[in-house]
Amino acid sequence: MTDIDSTRGVADGRVARPEIRDTGMLRQSLTIARRNLIHIKRMPEMLLDVTIQPVMFVLLFAFVFGGSIAVQGSPAGYREWLMGGIMAQTVAFASFIVAVGLTADIDKGIVDRLRSLPINSSAVLVGRSLSSLLHTSIGIFIMSLTGLLVGWRIRGSFLDAVLAYTLLLMWGFAMIWVGILVGSALRSVEAVNGLMFAVMFPITFVANTFAPSAAMPAGLRVIAEWNPLSSLVQAVRELWGNDVPAGPDAALPLQHPVLSTMIWMCAITAMIAPLAIRAFRRRTQD
Amino acid sequence: MTTLTTQTSGTARVNGHDVITEPAAVRRSMGLTGQAATVDELLTGRENLRLIGSLYGLSSSYIASASRDLLERFSLSDAGNRVVKTYSGGMRRRLDLAVSLIATPPVLFLDEPTTGLDPRSRVELWDVLRELVRDGTTLLLTTQYLDEADQLADRIVVIDHGRVIAEGTPLELKDRSGKAALVVTVSRADDLAVAERMMRDQVDGVHVDAAARQLTAPAEGLRDVTRIASIFADSRIELDDLGLKRPSLDDVFLHLTGHRAEETTDPAPDEELAR
Repeated sequence: MTDIDSTRGVADGRVARPEIRDTGMLRQSLTIARRNLIHIKRMPEMLLDVTIQPVMFVLLFAFVFGGSIAVQGSPAGYREWLMGGIMAQTVAFASFIVAVGLTADIDKGIVDRLRSLPINSSAVLVGRSLSSLLHTSIGIFIMSLTGLLVGWRIRGSFLDAVLAYTLLLMWGFAMIWVGILVGSALRSVEAVNGLMFAVMFPITFVANTFAPSAAMPAGLRVIAEWNPLSSLVQAVRELWGNDVPAGPDAALPLQHPVLSTMIWMCAITAMIAPLAIRAFRRRTQD
Repeated sequence: MTTLTTQTSGTARVNGHDVITEPAAVRRSMGLTGQAATVDELLTGRENLRLIGSLYGLSSSYIASASRDLLERFSLSDAGNRVVKTYSGGMRRRLDLAVSLIATPPVLFLDEPTTGLDPRSRVELWDVLRELVRDGTTLLLTTQYLDEADQLADRIVVIDHGRVIAEGTPLELKDRSGKAALVVTVSRADDLAVAERMMRDQVDGVHVDAAARQLTAPAEGLRDVTRIASIFADSRIELDDLGLKRPSLDDVFLHLTGHRAEETTDPAPDEELAR
């Protein structure tokens, strides 16, 4: 590049120029989140991943496998026990939503357009996170309704129930970083879909989500119980009163599920967030 | 210069603000329209304007009235409440430009604004750009179409393989690549030899292209044309065409680089600095 100075062409002020105010990161993020929500309104099929899909899972597992999987701890049997697992799976898939949305925006040049504006560049990511959290919340709400229909009940105290929902949403927040990392690192929506299916399915199945880990072969059981997702599942089940605390033979995280869920979330965020931000910067600056 | 990528060398200032040390000030004073129309397909035209307007920090009453004006100006009033997915390519381009103008930035960057547009939309867009420049916006546009640069630019910077190889007004650039040429096309190939002799008596540097039945010679101006025209009028040689051909910017580019403008080399970013 040679030196180029555009002041020579600066306008002489014949046109009234509006005042440009600094709006701050929060308002900018909300504006971007609102734009993402309009997308959902225009294309309600975007919600399939948190509506039809988990509802189908609830019904499939409850009625197809429900009879053949025995669970001890749950007062109302497998159907009630299942709900915590499916909810956790759905919030784990929140990373999917972020990754797909982000990749599409980068691909279409929307992210560059937003970055050319006088805004805080994190607003692009924060806005995306906010809309994804709401997206996930809609899923949790719909699944709770479906659960109530098939016989799931909250048997714990009100505060415990609130804590369980909070853990789910916080987990969704940690997963957003994974989504930003994957969405920035991969070049197409198809690649994101492929990778996420290949990785998320084993992670959400090799856990106590759909079948009790106690009945698994020894090696697999260790993996399943140390799976961070299992802590979350165990925590919400216990808080909702859908399961008894894990037995003394279970892995350490399951003995203290709420605490270990929080530790896992902090660890995942601390590890993935810097990588995700770096990947996003690198992707959008070359 | 738009603060989106880091520079390899040199410095740049936009509206008096350094792009490295004052990126925020630069972003406040510019609008950017990329190569592909980067409007949001699932939003309506009006929602696109509102999104970018509120990110600029404009008040919502200002956005509403500015959107109305811009949609009108770009003949999108009827389509303003329709989802962009239903727009044609030309409409998207116009909306894209309208969105870049929502904050009336003093400096506007356009990256190949008319690529892929039909000739009519292209001329319409040119008209809008000329109007903007007349109203005091500084426009920097890159283009592969050298006639576009010729039409719009006050000052052109020719870049080949990342290096500035020439700079100046369209006329200055054309002067550099040589003078205008006198071109004579005879009707019958048999007359070519006689015509050549007649021309050589009058001017130097006659070049013969037998296949095209064309004689070319450098010319000073219209006086040469009338002189040659009169000697042919007195002869019995029939001509298909006789005229003065000024160099096009394509010739200029060819002359400067030794090769044609290519898609891949991003050859002729052209700069218009106007008042």
